[in-house]
Amino acid sequence: MALLEVNNLDVRFALRGGDVRALRDVCFTLDRGERLGIVGESGAGKSVAAFSLLNLIAKPGYIAGGSIIFDGKELSGMKDRGLRRVRGNRISMIFQDPMMTLNPVLSIGEQMVESLKAHRRISTREARAIALHKLNQVQIPSPETRLDQYPHELSGGMRQRVIIAIALLLDPDIIIADEPTTALDVTIQAEIMDLLLELCDKHNVGLVLITHDLGVVSQVTQRMLVMYAGRVIEQGPTREIINGPQHPYTQGLINALPQMATPGSRLNQIPGSMPSLSNLPSGCAFHPRCGFVNDANGAPRKACLDKVPGFVDSGNCRVACHMVAELVNQQQRDSREEVL
Amino acid sequence: MSDTIVPGRWARFRDSYLLYSFKRDLIAQVSLVIFALLIFAAVFAPWLAPANPYDLAQIDILASELPPFWIDGADPAYLMGTDAQGRDLLSTILYGARVSLIIGFGAVLMQAVIGVSFGLMAGYLGGRVDAFLMRLADIQLSFSTLMVAIIVGALVKAIFGGATFSEYAVPLLVLIIGLAEWPQYARTVRASVLAERSKEYVDAARVMGLKSRRIMFRHILPNTLSPIFVISTVQVANAIISEAALSFLGLGMPETHPSLGSLIKSGFDYIQSGSWWITLIPGAVLVILVLVINLLGDWLRDVLNPRLYKG
Amino acid sequence: MTAAVSQHDPKASAATAGNREQDTAAPLMEIRHLHKRFSLSGDFLEQLKFKSGKLIREQEYVHAINGIDLDIRRGEALCVVGESGCGKSTVARTVMGLLAPSQGEIRYEGQRIDNLSTKELLPYRRRMQMIFQNPYASLNPRMTIQQTLEEPIRLHHPDWSKERVRDQVRDVMDSVGIDSDWGPRFGHEFSGGQRQRIAIARALAVDPEFIVADEPISALDVSIQAQVLNLMMEAQQQRNLTYLFITHDLAVVEHFGTRVAVMYLGMVCELAPTGTLFAKPRHPYTQALLSAIPRLEDDRPQHIRLQGEVPTPVNLPSGCVFHGRCPHANERCRKEVPTLIDVEDGARVACHGVEEGRL
Ligand SMILES: Nc1ncnc2c1ncn2[C@@H]1O[C@H](COP(=O)(O)OP(=O)(O)OP(=O)(O)O)[C@@H](O)[C@H]1O
Ligand SMILES: Nc1ncnc2c1ncn2[C@@H]1O[C@H](COP(=O)(O)OP(=O)(O)O)[C@@H](O)[C@H]1O
Ligand code: SF4
Ligand code: SF4
Ligand SMILES: [Mg+2]
Ligand SMILES: [Mg+2]
Repeated sequence: MALLEVNNLDVRFALRGGDVRALRDVCFTLDRGERLGIVGESGAGKSVAAFSLLNLIAKPGYIAGGSIIFDGKELSGMKDRGLRRVRGNRISMIFQDPMMTLNPVLSIGEQMVESLKAHRRISTREARAIALHKLNQVQIPSPETRLDQYPHELSGGMRQRVIIAIALLLDPDIIIADEPTTALDVTIQAEIMDLLLELCDKHNVGLVLITHDLGVVSQVTQRMLVMYAGRVIEQGPTREIINGPQHPYTQGLINALPQMATPGSRLNQIPGSMPSLSNLPSGCAFHPRCGFVNDANGAPRKACLDKVPGFVDSGNCRVACHMVAELVNQQQRDSREEVL
Repeated sequence: MSDTIVPGRWARFRDSYLLYSFKRDLIAQVSLVIFALLIFAAVFAPWLAPANPYDLAQIDILASELPPFWIDGADPAYLMGTDAQGRDLLSTILYGARVSLIIGFGAVLMQAVIGVSFGLMAGYLGGRVDAFLMRLADIQLSFSTLMVAIIVGALVKAIFGGATFSEYAVPLLVLIIGLAEWPQYARTVRASVLAERSKEYVDAARVMGLKSRRIMFRHILPNTLSPIFVISTVQVANAIISEAALSFLGLGMPETHPSLGSLIKSGFDYIQSGSWWITLIPGAVLVILVLVINLLGDWLRDVLNPRLYKG
Repeated sequence: MTAAVSQHDPKASAATAGNREQDTAAPLMEIRHLHKRFSLSGDFLEQLKFKSGKLIREQEYVHAINGIDLDIRRGEALCVVGESGCGKSTVARTVMGLLAPSQGEIRYEGQRIDNLSTKELLPYRRRMQMIFQNPYASLNPRMTIQQTLEEPIRLHHPDWSKERVRDQVRDVMDSVGIDSDWGPRFGHEFSGGQRQRIAIARALAVDPEFIVADEPISALDVSIQAQVLNLMMEAQQQRNLTYLFITHDLAVVEHFGTRVAVMYLGMVCELAPTGTLFAKPRHPYTQALLSAIPRLEDDRPQHIRLQGEVPTPVNLPSGCVFHGRCPHANERCRKEVPTLIDVEDGARVACHGVEEGRL
């Protein structure tokens, strides 16, 4: 059984125009030590998905349905006390903005000791020793002096290393990293990613990596989810999706990268932009931008306009698209005919 | 693609957060109603008031110190009773509120004109201009309103005589309170100009080749209106209070032409003799007026604070 | 081809100016020996300090640009890349006259423009425009799209009739693919990509020939980035524009740039035609930068690990500014500042190692 199992997760924000569905039908699993990437455009629901795993959705938001099973226990209805035992301890989180984790008025050491002592019965001395050990692991130069420094005295890259050290502090089973390197430069990003990979490998920690950078996902993760307008529209092994995306949106996203076009020529853009969640198009939310809405006869596929596509298994991937469903059905029919 | 219907001004207001939050805020609604009533009563005082307190012919000195209607011995012709000179108190309050509001709004207009221009220049031009104007503001702030009033009052009285002062009391008070409190505006505006100036639309305007004056007034000023509105409510309330205080100390409106403040003062001597209403009723009106303005200001600040809502 | 220009020796750059007649086509824009520093010490009173019993005036500076020489040729897209804080935006803003250089000159078609008054600059303003990074801050929230687009046209063509201005606005809206119905709406009603289109329309409204774009697509999503890049390339072809394109995204540079200038701590360390740079990066920093791009390829390639972090531009390192992190640094690198030298394929590199043939 998987370490983390999310089924039909449904998250809504109660706004004055009525509920906005930020996540719907989100299903995925994460095994021990597995690295999972979540990609999608801004507003697709990546951060909401990450936050809701730990029930960290802030007020107008709430989990309206579905289940989150971690290590056999249901998290979505759990009381705060039980959740606190999981948060930071068994599942820890790295935010895009380092200042969301770091308290500017406490030294690095104080913050690390504090969170250790919140979860373990140990002395300050022991806690400091563990903190030092973790800072060593993230390869911060002169870790002893860092313990007594304040967050603003560190550079962006160093802060992100400290945050990784804090995330690792309690030897969690899963780290959720929400755009951990977006604010950093490429050279620093490469180092931080190396570090994260190495540590997750060594300690057999599962990683949920949220990013909008397909390059990073393809290099770091084993499986990936592609999100669009609150739904996971494609998921499967990273390599297979990168090399052979099936959903028209995933295809568009990968083809739009500059490295996919010859220099100086037009890029393969997806027309339009992601709709707002409060005003989703009917049927498949992607249909106004989709190049495959028309079927073989050149007329728009009726299902695309009317029916929200369900999930079909195609090879190792699971895709939410009527066209892919048709192809899969066709193949199945073909293979049955062959057998006959 | 998104719909191409362009909402008009009214539709935009109808869908705005301003109206939405107003509809949900009972305090703001009640405050607005009371404020509107007071303004209405003050503006239309000459038509609403039973008597004209400025018209000596209408004053009956024999009817002085009559109590309001709910107390024995009241004369039904004087709903709120009369003051020591026999003026109908209700009429006097209506006229007085009119004077207080004129001075309050006038002084704030003056503060705003000086303060906003100085704040814009200090924030946008920076450097020496900024240093000079802000030092000027510091100096101004170190003189209290009272000191400015005493100095200006003494000067006017010395040069033109006491009668002139009484005659021009309203514009003089506007001048005094306007001069004394412009730095509040200048500082608020400067702070938001500094924030706006670093935004890229200002650079875009500079790249276009626009002159500084146009950038300041056409581009930056409209984006600092929210804090200006908020501070204006506070400043109107403050100006009304300042005027009342000055009048109470005898530095403001003469008793022949009373504002709420000078009314309170004129009745103060009669509290001992039992005629409390001459002071307390105008006092209550003043408190309510200032309170509703402040409550509206609080509401406006909450609504316009961009950190508290995402449009 | 431009003659060799030293980054630090003013005599050498003067010599280039003399040689300019030999160039087949004079560059549109010349940046000569540019320095820009920002004072960190506040006003005069705050600069006074007591040191060993004496009152002295002490000033600290951020050295954002430390001697840059660049030519921008007509019709090209010169890309400037580098990590955050290396001075890319400062170059853009000095070129546009938003900042005054501390030292050095900016020339447009041979005419110095860095010391002109707002009024004298006006004719140049029409010919050079800028596109900004943050589409959420670059449109005035209190102005409608129509007002935003009309303003520059009115300013630069005061004699045009209302109809002519409106026609021009409609044309430019058409050319960037925004609906002319959007006119009466406000910027906040649009998505980031749509706003960036409006910002591009504003820049194109006065028919400029030179556009500085400071990270115009960094704030946008991948699928929208492609739209905006396509738009900018179309505009370049149709209007024969020259771009100074600033970005930190090397994949975009590879696609878009004619030439690339790689910056580090306020200096240009390598300047080369795009193909050459990506095929054969010469400067150790460029090599590290290129190796760090996350690509879609199968296996995680080994990237070059740099030691340490970028030093602060307040106290610049001596010699080569990169020596603290460079795996090939030697004694000379710690002392002597390298200057841009010509190497093969039209590339120019500022590195002792390359000059000495060590690299
Ligand atoms: N507090 C909130 N109130 C209302 N809507 C919200 C709130 N927080 C998030 N949302 C909505 O939920 C959707 C998903 O947001 P989310 O932050 O998960 O996006 P994301 O994929 O992480 O984007 P980004 O790449 O920009 O971080 C968005 O449409 C957003 O507007
Ligand atoms: N107005 C300013 N005041 C002080 N320092 C500045 C200012 N503008 C830029 N800097 C500094 O100059 C350096 C270069 O900045 P910038 O050109 O914005 O970098 P980039 O665009 O490459 O990220 C940075 O160290 C930055 O902090
Ligand atoms: S369901 Fe239809 S519209 Fe949606 S992605 Fe598939 S083909 Fe396109
Ligand atoms: S000059 Fe020296 S330190 Fe600088 S990049 Fe070249 S080899 Fe490295
Ligand atoms: Mg997010
Ligand atoms: Mg920048």
